[in-house]
Amino acid sequence: MEGNDDICKKYKGLSGKKFSFIILLLVVLFFISLIALSQGASSLGFKDSFIALFKHTGLAHAIIWKLRLPRIVMAMLVGCGLAIAGTIFQAILKNPLASPYTLGIASSAGFGAVTAIIFGGSFHSEYLIAGTAFFFALLSSFLILGIAKFRGSSPETMILAGIAIMFFFSSLSSLFQYMGTLEKVHEIVFWFFGSLSKIGWKEIGIVSLMVFLTIPVLLRWSWDFNLLAAGDDSAKALGVNVTKIRMFGIIFASLITAASISFTGVIGFIGLVAPHIARMVVGGDHWFLVPASGLIGTILVLAADTLGRTLWAPQVIPIGIVTSFIGVPFFFYLLIKRKRGYW
Amino acid sequence: MLSISGLFFSYKDTNILENIDIKLHKGKILSVVGPNGTGKTTLLKCIAGIMKPEKGTIRINDKDASRMKRIELARCISYVPQSAPSKFPLNVFDAVLMGRRPHITWKPSKKDLNMVAEIIKSMGLEDIALRDFDQLSGGQKQKVLLARAVAQDADYLLLDEPTSNLDLKHQMEVMKMVSGMVQGNGAAAILAMHDLNLASRFSDTIMMLNSGKIFCHGDPRQVITVKNIKSVYGVEAKIYMNDSHPYIMPN
Repeated sequence: MEGNDDICKKYKGLSGKKFSFIILLLVVLFFISLIALSQGASSLGFKDSFIALFKHTGLAHAIIWKLRLPRIVMAMLVGCGLAIAGTIFQAILKNPLASPYTLGIASSAGFGAVTAIIFGGSFHSEYLIAGTAFFFALLSSFLILGIAKFRGSSPETMILAGIAIMFFFSSLSSLFQYMGTLEKVHEIVFWFFGSLSKIGWKEIGIVSLMVFLTIPVLLRWSWDFNLLAAGDDSAKALGVNVTKIRMFGIIFASLITAASISFTGVIGFIGLVAPHIARMVVGGDHWFLVPASGLIGTILVLAADTLGRTLWAPQVIPIGIVTSFIGVPFFFYLLIKRKRGYW
Repeated sequence: MLSISGLFFSYKDTNILENIDIKLHKGKILSVVGPNGTGKTTLLKCIAGIMKPEKGTIRINDKDASRMKRIELARCISYVPQSAPSKFPLNVFDAVLMGRRPHITWKPSKKDLNMVAEIIKSMGLEDIALRDFDQLSGGQKQKVLLARAVAQDADYLLLDEPTSNLDLKHQMEVMKMVSGMVQGNGAAAILAMHDLNLASRFSDTIMMLNSGKIFCHGDPRQVITVKNIKSVYGVEAKIYMNDSHPYIMPN
């Protein structure tokens, strides 16, 4: 029994390290949130921002509660949501390149937004754009599920269908942009950059509902996601309903993606890179990977947005651009530093 | 007891398995042999519930397998595929722990962890317990997959070519492990085998398939014969007896 205890102890030690990393991420997130709260076009300082959080009057209170906090919360939600969606897509499609892009979800949401901007006429509002983007994002994932149902739910079929959908909607978006006026094209380009500037608490409510309702389900399925890597046959033999996990995994990840990008535009890349960064540190067990990836996504998007709105304040650099500028070098650094193949 | 009767499986109008009958008691090892493409893997996958047979019944401990939920089936039958996954981003302990999946809802209990540690120790994997599965050699991977099957704690083990791609030492280790699992835990095993000599040495009975049909089934001495090898494999061979097991030497 001595030996058994030793092995268990070592294993628990390793799990403890992974758990500590998640705690560390939470601490980092806390400090970045404080910085994000205090920095902006008008610098409030740590102390004043913190006081303004709880004081119900004054300009500082308005800046914090109406401008900065919604933006910060949305950045965190979107970062967390897209990173988790990317993790799930990578697990169920068994592909390191899988992300909300791979399945054409981002480009079909983009097409939805383009349609609303071009044809919405004088009625087009934030909600019309978000609603159409959401509708098209889900439409593309249901198209993929339909094809999978017809041809079998193999990862290859799904990825190929997704890439075809991506090109189709990208071409349609380009066609509509080609036909649109200069003013509308400008609006479209801005949407594609991604923006957190017009976010209110109502939008946050919708996105957080999607993100927080799905996370417990995805964690419950963490063992099944782990087993998909062992191959469909092994997973089935261990009691996993592979088709169900793949179908519902895609539906949940698509819901998170659609809700996130409909209001903020395409904040790409995070869904691809955050899961990989997390995987390099905590490994492939989804029980740790899902929360770690979500937190890394949260930190990256929040850091990117804070930089984007403070670097050349009052000028704001679109979030999609800064996210890539921060994420890509960091990802390259990890990719080079980490010698053994983690995927 | 595992009993299969009148099992048929076809793919795109081609019959892969025809009228297969098996009765396997606990504590016994059955090897299924036959040329490539003769339906050995398909048979194991049908029993494991991975593929759905067209006709026939599979009864596990007197229960109709087609009426059992996947998770229920996984508690009775463990399946080890022919090849280890090319990428499996978990460490050895986690990979073995996956075998407990049919018995766990959220997180493994202390009992599950202890059981996995015990299996790792008994299979001599303690030195690599926290190493990544992807870094292991072929033989080590096969042992980990076997350990996972042990952790599954099922009555019936299905192993598809457990010794393929292994060197002589690992072949013997793996076969002795299977033998030990069957004798020690009161389980039963069905092995799809290419190596007739290993099948002969370690099996209680051998079933020889030819084009999806049972060609002959019985004691290794009845199945591994010059005539049967010539008819099924088209190979002339000599048979040597050692310790009452027939061993084959192709001419």
